[in-house]
Amino acid sequence: MWRIIVNRLAFGVAIVLLITIVVFGLSRAAGDPRNIYLDEYATPEAWDAWGERMGLDKPLYVQYGVWLWDTLRGDFGESLYYDVPSIRLVRERVPNTLQLGGVAFGVAILIGVPLGVISAVQRGSIIDYGVRGFALLGQSVPVFWIGIMMILIFSLTLGWLPSSRNEGWQHFIMPSIALGWLPAAGLMRITRGAMLNVLDSEYIKLARAKGVSSGKIIWSHGFRNAIIPPLTVAALIFAAFLTGTVVIETVFAWPGVGRLAVQSIKNNDFPVLSAIVILFSSFYILLNLIVDLLYAQLDPRIRLD
Amino acid sequence: MSIEATYVPSPLDDTLPSNPVLRALRVGWAWTRRYPVVPFAVLVLMLVCAIFAEQLSPHDPLRGNLRAAFTPPIFMDGGTWEHPLGTDHQGRDVLSRAIYGARISTIISTAVILAGGIGGTVIGLVAGYRGGWVDQAAMRAVDFTLAMPFLLVALVVVVVFGQSLELIIVLLVLFGWDNFARVVRAETLTLRESDYVSYARIQGASQARILFRHILPGVVGTVLVIGSLRVGSLILTESTLSFLGVGVPPDTPAWGIMASDGRQHLSRAWWISTMPGVAIFLVVMGFNFLGDWLRDWFDPRLRQLRVQ
Repeated sequence: MWRIIVNRLAFGVAIVLLITIVVFGLSRAAGDPRNIYLDEYATPEAWDAWGERMGLDKPLYVQYGVWLWDTLRGDFGESLYYDVPSIRLVRERVPNTLQLGGVAFGVAILIGVPLGVISAVQRGSIIDYGVRGFALLGQSVPVFWIGIMMILIFSLTLGWLPSSRNEGWQHFIMPSIALGWLPAAGLMRITRGAMLNVLDSEYIKLARAKGVSSGKIIWSHGFRNAIIPPLTVAALIFAAFLTGTVVIETVFAWPGVGRLAVQSIKNNDFPVLSAIVILFSSFYILLNLIVDLLYAQLDPRIRLD
Repeated sequence: MSIEATYVPSPLDDTLPSNPVLRALRVGWAWTRRYPVVPFAVLVLMLVCAIFAEQLSPHDPLRGNLRAAFTPPIFMDGGTWEHPLGTDHQGRDVLSRAIYGARISTIISTAVILAGGIGGTVIGLVAGYRGGWVDQAAMRAVDFTLAMPFLLVALVVVVVFGQSLELIIVLLVLFGWDNFARVVRAETLTLRESDYVSYARIQGASQARILFRHILPGVVGTVLVIGSLRVGSLILTESTLSFLGVGVPPDTPAWGIMASDGRQHLSRAWWISTMPGVAIFLVVMGFNFLGDWLRDWFDPRLRQLRVQ
């Protein structure tokens, strides 16, 4: 187990470093980095001081070292648009994003997993068809379109739910469902497949023959053996969340990090965007790392390999 | 012979429900998977739109007529045949823009699938056949590609270089080859050990000949299946990037951009955002059916023979 932990940890660190190299490389690819780190109001003194501090007269690897050291301490430079440290802008918006992400994650699991189990147990029933149709729909339309259609139907036409901002629990309903739909669809399909496989196995037949109640067979014999496959798609689910957060926050004007990222592009605010990309990527890689380790812990075949 | 090939979705699924509605649904679904006439028609329509956009679209997709702005689609009050799907806030014809949108999606997905598919396949073939450090390096590269958050990298690249069609294609290729490489490598590992490859080697065939004449034909089916299943997700990704304003340049008539344009006018003109979404949905479904169909076609094990 320790070897796996060290291995995955090293891989995670390598990926984060690779991302910092990409961001650093891009900041230097546009010529003088001061063009994207300072705005047109910067005084010549500030211009020279920045160059001095970042070691622009030194070789690139020294510049990378200086830049990386700043980055590790959370100094991503000042926002060109808001004139405050980028990290502060990001920090202010993190709670909103985590709240929405957390609720949507709950939605995805609470919808995806039980429906997958029911769909497998009631295979061929109207419920099964409904569930599979729901999954197929979620995987065939873009997330932003789901959001737009929800606003059109539930806010503009029916007037039931608010369409933007974060001001109370009603505001969570549409964004979290729109964000959770695609991950729920993936979970549903994989849970259904895993359940079907398990339910077809010999030990389930034995349990049935022994006269074990069907509730017990489904949940304690079947489901417990069907949780590992859904974990293998966790990485894909996180990726769906990462993209989804940016999209859904834009659609629902949600004051979170994803919307800040899209605004930074419109404002050409490279320091803020670089902060978001590095922090979000690291978080995403950390989540995947945890799932990898959990997976190794749950499945002895991986641990002992 | 009274044996007919009938598609059975999975060995577990071979009992037909007794409820007539469910039975019709199941049979219809199985039939559509086996003979996907409607999904293929959608794909052909998309291709025709992409190639003949100039001839097919009734109006200029870029030039609007402000006096005709917010004309509703034909099936609503006030709709005209002049603009069957209505017009947007600048009075541009939604149908014409949707037709040109098919062209953008086709260009991007074709370029990305060709480049990513060919690149990934070659890498997978060489890695699987050579093994050793080549394989190690290729698989590490696959791991890195998988672990990188695509959208975030795309955002920061676009803010530095600006939006362009070429840039989006390059980015999607960089993040779209890994799937091909992984699967082709796995298949190559199996094929490498087969007798006919050993005979070819004993006969003195060169490595390139073995790879491209003997192993490649064995993996082509899989590559086509992955390719067609990828197109659906590519179109979704491309439209998402365009929607966020980091895809193709803002004036381009792309489906994601149309949906984004219509967002501010949702209460007044729902069709501007809705129509491109419907187009995306139909096309993505079409490619998923194509992928499933190709998979069944190339894998005879899935084409179970049933005595009728």
